[in-house]
Parts: sequence; C-alpha cells; structure tokens
Amino acid sequence: MSPPTVILHHNRVDLALHHLRDAVEDDVQALLVLHGLGERTPATAPVWTDGWPGPVWGLDLTGHGASSPSRGGGYTAEILMADAAIAAIHLGTVTVVGRGLGAYLALLVAGACPEHVRGAVLLDGPGLAGGGPAPGSPMMVAGAVLPVGPPDPFALVEMTRDVRPPDYALSWVHQAVEGSELDTPLAVAARVRPPWLAAVADSPGVADVTLDDALALYSTP
Amino acid sequence: MAESDPIPPPRARLASEPSPDGVDHAFPGARRPDRHRWVESHGLRLSVWEWGDETAPPVLFAHGGFDFAGTFDGLAPIVADAGWRVVAWDQRGHGDSEHPTLYSWEADVRDAGAVMATLGAAPMPVLGHSKGGALILQLAESSPHTVSHVVNLDGLPSSRSWPDVPEHNRTRMRQAETSSWLEHRRTAGDKVRRPGTLEGLAERRGRMNPRLDPAWLRYLVPIGARPADDGWRWKIDPTLRPGGFGPWRPEWSMARLPSLGMPTLCVLGRELEPMGWGTLPEDVVPNLPPGGRFAGLEGVGHFVHIEQPRMVADLVLEHIS
Repeated sequence: MSPPTVILHHNRVDLALHHLRDAVEDDVQALLVLHGLGERTPATAPVWTDGWPGPVWGLDLTGHGASSPSRGGGYTAEILMADAAIAAIHLGTVTVVGRGLGAYLALLVAGACPEHVRGAVLLDGPGLAGGGPAPGSPMMVAGAVLPVGPPDPFALVEMTRDVRPPDYALSWVHQAVEGSELDTPLAVAARVRPPWLAAVADSPGVADVTLDDALALYSTP
Repeated sequence: MAESDPIPPPRARLASEPSPDGVDHAFPGARRPDRHRWVESHGLRLSVWEWGDETAPPVLFAHGGFDFAGTFDGLAPIVADAGWRVVAWDQRGHGDSEHPTLYSWEADVRDAGAVMATLGAAPMPVLGHSKGGALILQLAESSPHTVSHVVNLDGLPSSRSWPDVPEHNRTRMRQAETSSWLEHRRTAGDKVRRPGTLEGLAERRGRMNPRLDPAWLRYLVPIGARPADDGWRWKIDPTLRPGGFGPWRPEWSMARLPSLGMPTLCVLGRELEPMGWGTLPEDVVPNLPPGGRFAGLEGVGHFVHIEQPRMVADLVLEHIS
C-alpha cells in the first residue's frame, strides 16, 4: 500500500504528493490531480475521479497546501509546471487532470514531458484565465501586510497576472502532439474558455469532450 | 521594511574598508560605496549600497541581469559627487542579496519598491541598465507617484535578436529547451558555482563582455565573488540561467515606454554585442513619451555606463538635475 503522502524535492521546495485512492484495476496509469489557484489537494479522491480505474494522486503546488512557499514570491506557471513534471516522473506515467490554474499546468506538462504524460484533461477552476493574453496595466504589491498562508498570497498575486498568449499555449499543444503516442493527448472539458484555452480547444490533437469521456479515453489501453 | 541582522552576512567591502588579502583592488575612476545596509523585501534579505551624502536627494540605480550593484562603481561616484545620494541594490540572487526560492519579474519590481520605501515618500529619479532598465519601466508605470525621472541605459528590448525559425523546427527546439530546463530545475538545488582564480573568473566573465577592459573585469571579482579554500566563486545563485523561460516577449517592455509621464531619457550603445538586444534608434524614438529624449552613443557597447562613465554621467545629471 502506498504511503498517504510523499515529499518530493523541487530545487529548494518540498512538494507534497498525496495518495488519494488505490487502483480499482491493475495496469492503468495513475491519475494526477492538479488543484486550482488557492486550492489544495482534497483529503480524499474527488467524486469526479470515480470513473478512473487506476490509482489517484494529488499534488500540492508550491505555496499551496502542504508544499513549501517561496519567500518574497517569484511564482510563474513554468515553475509550477516543473512541480507537476517532478510528480509525473516520480509516478512513472500519469494522466493529468487539472482545475483552473492546474488545467493550464496540465497543458504545459503534457507538452514538456510527453513520455510521462498519457493524456491531460483541462477543467474549470480558480486561476483558469491568469493575466490574459497580453500584459495588462502593471501593479505592484509592496509593503502590504499579507496573510501568511497557505496559500502563499504572492502565489495568488502573481498567478492571477501571468500572461498566457494563445500562440504560446499552442506551442505546448504542438509539443504534446509531437511527443505523444496518442492522437489526442489533450482533452478540454472546461465550459469557460479564456483566449488561451479557446485556441487550445480548436487545435488538432485536442478533444473537446466531457470529463467522463476524457477519463474513459485515457484509461483505455 | 528595513532590518539589521544580529550577525551580518558576509558582503563585499565599502570604500572605507580594506581590500581582500593579497588583492590590489582598484580600477581608475572606480570607487566602492560609502555605506551598506540590508533591506527586507517580504522576507527576503536584499543588499543595498549607497554612494554620496546620506542627506542628499536619492536616485535609485538598477543593475542588469547577472550583474550586481558594484558594476556601478564607475558611474555612481560621479553622480554622487554632483550632489546625489546614489542607492543601488543587489537584485535577488545577485551579489550579496539572498538567494530566494523562486524568481519572477514581478518579484524584482516589488524588491525595487521595498528599497525605495526606505528612501522616503518623495518621488525620485530611477536609472536602470539592461534588465534593470526594463524593470524600471514597469516600476515607473506601476508606481508613477514614486518616480520623478527615468533613465534607461541600453535596457529597451526589441525582437531584432530573436531568431526567425519555421514552426516545425521551433517545436523541436522548444522540446529540447524544455527538457534542458526541466533537468536544470531538477538538479540546480545541489549546484555550486565553479571555483577558480581571480584571473580565471574575470576571463570567464569576459566571454560575455568582450568589449570590457580585462582590468575592470578583474576589479569586479572581489565584489561579485567570494574567496574559499578552493578559489573564488561568483556569488550569483547557481539556479539562475540566462534568458529565462516563459512567454515573455521583448516588445512588451518597449510598450511601457510611451505610457510614462515623467521626464524620460533613453540611451543606447550603438555597438552590438552578446549581452545587448540589438535595439536600434528607429525602434526607440517612435515609442518615446512626450518630451522623452534619446541618446545613441556611437562606438559604445551595451555596458554604456562602464565604457563611458563620464559621458553617461553628464547625460544623467543634465536629465535629473
């Protein structure tokens, strides 16, 4: 039986990878759940993962849940994607399902580690839009007294402002498609479609399906 | 925001302090700062250096990427001697400042704000070189009430230096770049800078700064590096890599320039070199804000303030005085 939580090291951060549920069937890869911005991995597997026959794990991203924060901030989507990559590599091969910010990270890690990610499912959730397709008017949070967290308030500040251009998102789609053995390595099950996600959903190699259909797609050998 | 440690961490020397043992630490026209202090930026310890009279009006200097405040040892004393309190900080992970867990553009701008908050409420001139120049554009747009003048020294990124690569090749390049970056993230926590002699470190730095006087590069080593039993090591965080990784586009920085409402001076070195952006006057001049000034320095490279400290100081002083 797997331990309930594994601590992984990402540079100077300790990441908490939580085991949420055992497999129902053998030989199905793990489902790696990525929470939304400001959330944390739930204590038990979400009901919407009930259709997944393999084991279910959840990762607390840097600055969230039981993972350590970054003093003075410095959060970027690419750094948090590396959190997910380290978890995927630890588990061997995974299907990633992400909510909100986690959906954006699921896209990035599917492109970054296609050899470890067998399908990524993108769901609605907090932090889905980020800072939009181009930089907005800048603002600076300095000198303010902020709550300690978790979640780290600088994660909330920075990950609601990170820019997500549609063509940048598509470059990760291209990487995922080129590196994956699947025809459709990405599945969009989100109802809300900020510009980056609308571009992804319209791209070849991306399934526009329900969550249940997406889980069925990637749990079938 | 300002904070003093009971046991101060090690740092480079002040003008009033001796050179490291066995090092002839001097360069014509260069002068170490008069004062040093630590400033806390939301839990992170920053190293702050000052030249000039403490009661003089402050001007904030922001150095470039992979540099440190000591790279202003040529320009800052000239500006200080003209009646200014020059304040420069080692950016997070650079010089004597603490190595943080993570880095981002927003965090660097917040660090600048934390240093400025220790200098009073009155708006002050800000000057930045290279990455520091792009940082102060965002600082000035996000906090115009704190900035009286902007001086940008070869810190105006343009897309001219970006390769034009077909999409199918770009995907393969990005995959290789992504794998390399992830491997770096996985292993960087255990990395330390390679040790070497003082001459060796100066020679290494010279590869990316080919126009700079070798004697200047040797002068920088006892500031930006620290000695150990097995040699000198650059202080910069070994987890940092040049270039960054993410969706940043050079034109995003240039697009901040027309918004500025304070007097703005942009200086470009016209000699192209590895650390520069290849930006041309025709990229900058149309983006100058109303009343903005442009100065292109012929025969000068990216490090305008190091190659021509007197010429640049005259431009700066004329602009901010």
